[in-house]
Amino acid sequence: MSRPEASPKSYARGREPEASVALALLATMRRDLLALLRRPGAAFNSLAFFALVITLFPIGISPDPELLATIAPGLLWVAALLAALLSLDGMFRDDFADGTLEQLLLAAQPLPLMALAKVAVHWLTTGLPLALMAPVLGVMLSLPPGSYAVLVLSLALGSATLSVIGAIGAALTVGLSRGGVLLSLLVLPLYVPVLIFGAGAVQAAIAGTSVAAHLALLGALLAVSLVFAPWAIAASLRISLNG
Amino acid sequence: MAFDSFAAFLAMGGHAAYVWPAYGATLLLLIGVVLHLRLERRRLWRELRRRARRERRQAGDANREVSS
Amino acid sequence: MWAFFHKLASPKGFYAFSARLSPWFWAAAAVLIGAGVVWGLAFAPADYQQGNSFRIIYVHVPAAFLAQSIFVAMALAGLVFMVWKIKLADMAATAMAPLGAGMTFVALLSGAVWGVPTWGTWWQWDARLTSMLILFFLYIGVIALRGAFDGRDSGSRAASVLTMVGVINIPIIKYSVEWWYTLHQPATFSITSRPAMPVEMWLPLLIMVLGFYSFFIAVTLTRTRSVILHRESAKRWVRELAGEDG
Repeated sequence: MSRPEASPKSYARGREPEASVALALLATMRRDLLALLRRPGAAFNSLAFFALVITLFPIGISPDPELLATIAPGLLWVAALLAALLSLDGMFRDDFADGTLEQLLLAAQPLPLMALAKVAVHWLTTGLPLALMAPVLGVMLSLPPGSYAVLVLSLALGSATLSVIGAIGAALTVGLSRGGVLLSLLVLPLYVPVLIFGAGAVQAAIAGTSVAAHLALLGALLAVSLVFAPWAIAASLRISLNG
Repeated sequence: MAFDSFAAFLAMGGHAAYVWPAYGATLLLLIGVVLHLRLERRRLWRELRRRARRERRQAGDANREVSS
Repeated sequence: MWAFFHKLASPKGFYAFSARLSPWFWAAAAVLIGAGVVWGLAFAPADYQQGNSFRIIYVHVPAAFLAQSIFVAMALAGLVFMVWKIKLADMAATAMAPLGAGMTFVALLSGAVWGVPTWGTWWQWDARLTSMLILFFLYIGVIALRGAFDGRDSGSRAASVLTMVGVINIPIIKYSVEWWYTLHQPATFSITSRPAMPVEMWLPLLIMVLGFYSFFIAVTLTRTRSVILHRESAKRWVRELAGEDG
């Protein structure tokens, strides 16, 4: 009589690590999202910053709608990029202060994946809201019609890359007491390609040419950074914690 | 020789204001790097020697204390 | 063979070895750069379009080459340091960084000065100049990050990670900036890409490039020696060396 006991057991043993990784990922994301929901001010700050910076430009340059329309794609993209940059510093800081990060380092689950969960939360709470808010500010800058969908799409796609790359800088500077300015110095040069293709997509949409190439390149940037960055984030977190 | 006279060489065909500063800045960097290297070395050696002397003196003091 | 490499990778072994090597590179740098400057300034023919302002190429291009090569060299050193924990690699990377930033600055400056007779402005958002400017910011970031850490080891490792991330990004930045430039400024005159140069024009350029590379190697060897002495100043061999000398 063959007892079926062995097979479910080995099945379970084979399955367990995978399941626990997925569980840990979800648990990390849930925890981070909950922590942000309990303190919604932090997430709103970057949105308010975005709106404020956009307000400064018509005041500083000119309220002329024609002029604003020509520079709107670049303005929206640069302001969104700066808003995303500003929120980077807090990505790991609280977890670093209360020791959660150390737990994450000691956990059995691979650190690159867990770091990616944190990056995903960061994007969900800053990049995505910024992208969704951009059309409103676009109206205020008299962005020509027909480019709004591309604006949202390019910002959503591009800000994901910004979060992934920015996480490297955030992880490198989390242990430093005055890491804020240094963080922008490290991260901004790396943001240049995203800005070029993102703002380029909106400009192409206004000009009526195809935006497929821009969006494809933004997607390619995201794919490349998703492959390389998690390792760099994990290595940087280890350096910051052991240093 | 691409120039007829030394004056023509200095004038660089009217582009003296661009050619000479570009070369000057480059040479300034090269010389500056070399000078900085020498200064850094000299300062380092002075520090190392001072430390060696101090150690020798301390070792001597310790010996004297033991013998007395 | 392996014993030789092993000895070379130790700070003490490298210190002795580089002492014999560096004079050759210093001599080569002095001869090549001296010859290249004289040849480029006085003997190379003037360009038919740009006249004598073309002679800036003999300092601009070598500096730009070195600016990029040094960053790649720093990234390689960072990789060696992170993977094999060879401290010497990090010492070399530390020694190179300021020279790389300086070369980037000189490439920018000579490019800007060259821009006046060519474009009529001190600064044009030309693809090459723009990506050189971003490279300059990357250098500043690496140097600043290394200095921001209190512990030397964590500063070294952080700088290594950032350099490697940067070196993966450099081709992407270059490509995207070129793409952006052609989109906004179609068919303008680029200062360095040109139809095939005659021999008497590119030979001095080659000599200058070789001279600059020799200079880079000489500086790196010499400065690494200083970094070694500084970091190993508590070690016995350094103390003995200092004791003999004073």
